Amino acid sequence: MIPYQFEYTRAKSLSDAQAMLAKNPDAKVLAGGQTLIPTMKMRLANPSALIDISKLAELSFIRASGDTLTIGATTTHGAVAASQDVRRMIPALAHLASQIGDPAVRAVGTIGGSLANNDPAADYPAAALALNATIKTTKREIRADDFFTGMFSTALADGEIVTEVSFAKPERAGYEKFPNPASRYPMAGVFVAQTKGGIRVAVTGAGPGVFRVEAMEAALAKSFTPDAVANITVAADNLNSDIHATAEYRAHLVTVMAKRAVAQALEA
Amino acid sequence: MTTVSMTVNGKPVSADIEDRTLLVYFLRENLRLTGTHIGCDTSQCGACMVHVDGRAVKSCSMFAVQAEGAQVTTIEGLAKGGKLHPVQEAFRENHGLQCGFCTPGMIMTAVDAIKRNGAMSRETIRHELEGNICRCTGYHNIVSSIEDASKKMSAA
Repeated sequence: MIPYQFEYTRAKSLSDAQAMLAKNPDAKVLAGGQTLIPTMKMRLANPSALIDISKLAELSFIRASGDTLTIGATTTHGAVAASQDVRRMIPALAHLASQIGDPAVRAVGTIGGSLANNDPAADYPAAALALNATIKTTKREIRADDFFTGMFSTALADGEIVTEVSFAKPERAGYEKFPNPASRYPMAGVFVAQTKGGIRVAVTGAGPGVFRVEAMEAALAKSFTPDAVANITVAADNLNSDIHATAEYRAHLVTVMAKRAVAQALEA
Repeated sequence: MTTVSMTVNGKPVSADIEDRTLLVYFLRENLRLTGTHIGCDTSQCGACMVHVDGRAVKSCSMFAVQAEGAQVTTIEGLAKGGKLHPVQEAFRENHGLQCGFCTPGMIMTAVDAIKRNGAMSRETIRHELEGNICRCTGYHNIVSSIEDASKKMSAA
């Protein structure tokens, strides 16, 4: 499969990428390309230009400072999964990264790309929402609460590029997903985090976008055990139905994955 | 058209190509290195796996221009001086192939996985093979081949 014609440029710096993007609003930023390139091959995306930021060293880093973990936008899933800093501070995040796609996808796919694309079945949005990450862009800082605005939709404005993501170290956290066996995308994935700000439960893969389950959060605040969420189900009304699973099945999976995520958080 | 230059199997190569040329087409059609296969063409099957700067990636999901200046290794670059790479040898010894279509991708994935993990359990090998599909379903011997190679290479 061959995409439509486009012009490729490798950005020399972040400001170079911004300048090119400002000049051509139809251009797309290319990082790992593991979603964008297949989408272009299907001719579902047709940008006139690609601006490659994947080689910018200034965007590829993992920094642990006090209780804050900061990950550069073009850091690959493989690098996050293998990082000693991530494993030490937020093992659930390293575990999540190690389960994305397959090894070849993890070798090039990036955290910034995953968040900016906001696929309703992507893994990272669950971690970002549960940990209320701060997403830094070329223009501002956006809390995860305000970042994810719907299916494939975010608060990012035209020409705005994600540069890094910061996570506060939680007291404990866990992530479990039920992957589609072919694509490895979660049919339901649940990230549970106990932080100084309280308990958060974020679900990906099941609905039109990542969402929180407040009933589970309240129950876990009283008792942080798998049993506390065992009898809490989300309504199937707004969940996805497709050839892989019905909405009712996904609703069931959310409860099962939430129990497993809590168990994992307790083990860590 | 863009002039792209990279090193493929140790040799510098250069060609004028459209920016939209996928790396797999560049390897197969410009360089005639047809050992790298196109299976699903939708980044699921891993038949197109090559190494770019030492990492196994799907060459159907990358444009050739992204590999400008890179070190690329294909299945044709593994054997040295007429001697099979230990992973190729292990596939031969353990009958790790049936029709053979997925084999180049399986081997490129295995070489990368062994480099990162050393000797691997069968469970780890199956996890590492999540991006490679064998339509003959010949996984049992593929896993045995990689297990054998990973042990021999770690001992060496």
